[in-house]
Amino acid sequence: MMSARHSTGRSIAAHGILILYTLIALFPVFVIVINSFKSRRAIFADPLALPSAETFDMIGYQTVLKQGDFFQYFLNSMTVTVGSLFFVLLFGAMAAFALSEYRFRGNSLMGLYLALGIMIPIRLGTVAILQMMVASGLVNTLTALILVYTAQGLPLAVFILSEFMRSVSADLKDAGRIDGLSEYRIFFRLVLPLVRPAMATVAVFTMIPIWNDLWFPLILAPSEETKTITLGSQVFIGQFVTNWNAVLAALGLAIVPVLVLYLIFSRQLIRGITAGAVK
Amino acid sequence: MAQRQPFRWHIAVFLAPAVLVYTAIMIVPLIGTLNLSLFNLEDGNRIFVGLGNFATLFGDPRWSEAFWNALGNNAWFFLVHMLVQNPIGVALAALLSSPRLRGAAFYRTAIFIPTILSFVIVGFVWKLILSPIWGIAPGMLDAVGLKSLFAPWLGKEEYALTTLALISVWQFVGIPMMLIYAALLSIPDEVIEAAEMDGVTGWSQFWKIKLPLILPSIGIISILTFVGNFNAFDLIYVSQGALAGPNFSTDILGTFLYRTFFGFQLQLGDPHMGATIATAMFGIILVGVCLYLFAIQTRLRRYQF
Repeated sequence: MMSARHSTGRSIAAHGILILYTLIALFPVFVIVINSFKSRRAIFADPLALPSAETFDMIGYQTVLKQGDFFQYFLNSMTVTVGSLFFVLLFGAMAAFALSEYRFRGNSLMGLYLALGIMIPIRLGTVAILQMMVASGLVNTLTALILVYTAQGLPLAVFILSEFMRSVSADLKDAGRIDGLSEYRIFFRLVLPLVRPAMATVAVFTMIPIWNDLWFPLILAPSEETKTITLGSQVFIGQFVTNWNAVLAALGLAIVPVLVLYLIFSRQLIRGITAGAVK
Repeated sequence: MAQRQPFRWHIAVFLAPAVLVYTAIMIVPLIGTLNLSLFNLEDGNRIFVGLGNFATLFGDPRWSEAFWNALGNNAWFFLVHMLVQNPIGVALAALLSSPRLRGAAFYRTAIFIPTILSFVIVGFVWKLILSPIWGIAPGMLDAVGLKSLFAPWLGKEEYALTTLALISVWQFVGIPMMLIYAALLSIPDEVIEAAEMDGVTGWSQFWKIKLPLILPSIGIISILTFVGNFNAFDLIYVSQGALAGPNFSTDILGTFLYRTFFGFQLQLGDPHMGATIATAMFGIILVGVCLYLFAIQTRLRRYQF
């Protein structure tokens, strides 16, 4: 009985600390969201108050949606993120499969070569990347961003996924081979579905920096048609710095998609990390 | 009879896309940048200057002052993360992983949310909260009778960098938390049970059993923090601008690189000096990674299962 009471006290303390930290983590988001629904005067009069019947106002959202460009930025970000994610996962899984499944000369050297990029940030090559994109006419295209982010995401993807694919039972793959499946089918039909948790982990850690990146959109694709939402809202804040409603609404909207993407993948996230790389 | 194995095309097919994209977009530009740092423009002609640009960067007072300032600021930025972010991350993970804790998934998600927010949002909302005009922070300090403690932290040279570092800690504490949490979950039950049989429970269990077992993860987190911090740019850029004000007190290598390469207000863009700074950053990160790999990671190996 002693230990039961002891653990109740401890768990209350644990909850207390976690709740406190949760409040710290969410407080700024809360500030943005509540104020984005308030009238301009109420934002300044009492920034911490919830919107009430008198102070509730959607003017910010109306302004943002009427500006129109915002929707374009949104779409650009979606295209870039989903496109890069697709290529990172596909190419990364293929390379990881080759590295973990087959013994060939230069296998571990290739693994090391691909892993280098985990430690060395791609940004340091920006000077030459820009020159290359200018030379190939890809500046101010979403393709340039997708290419860069694919290259950026691949090292970690290969690293995590190959750890995982080593744990897929060899018997299963051999059974597939005896049944006459080609190596490609073994990869797509048998192995890929089994490493889904790892794919989710890779997806989260690839997606977040892409969605939030300011550096490459600023340098490679700053034109109006190719702006991402991160760059778009940065500019928006500058232009409309007096229109608080619009700025807050824009930021509120910018949170939604990445939150949704995160929630989609996060269920598998912990399973993925636990079983995989960090052990 | 020893037949040569036929060339296995599928291996090449599986590897090719990743290797090609990675090499073309990452490795080649990186080498190109390193190469560019060895040249300079003179009268419109590109001439080879060897390590001359580095001599300028480290020696010429016009450059070196800004460089050492940025490097020092960057080191402080990193130190704050190591001293604040990672211990908090480990503590939160330890709490989350305590057995039979209800709502762990909720806490985990909530605490991770700042990590998924863009720097634009983070920079803006903290500026708003800390702003003396809008005044959420002064208002809140006032409510607990501590208003005298308030200062415009982002606007004062002596506080701005530390304030930004703490904002960055707030944003990214979810990453060490997640990784340590996963590491704690993957400690085999037998190890914990054995510890409990020996009467090692609670805090002493954490310090004596779990902490040594998660040291490799802490090592990985430290090196990720190092690489991330010495490559940081966005938060400073969105909240203080490319001039990293007030008076360059928040200038770090990333903002210095941006200003040098692209030019900003008072200065013209200089790709060669930009490449030189990028190369210097590359060197710093490389040294850090090598130190970690050879000095720390190899010694930690023996704790692994």
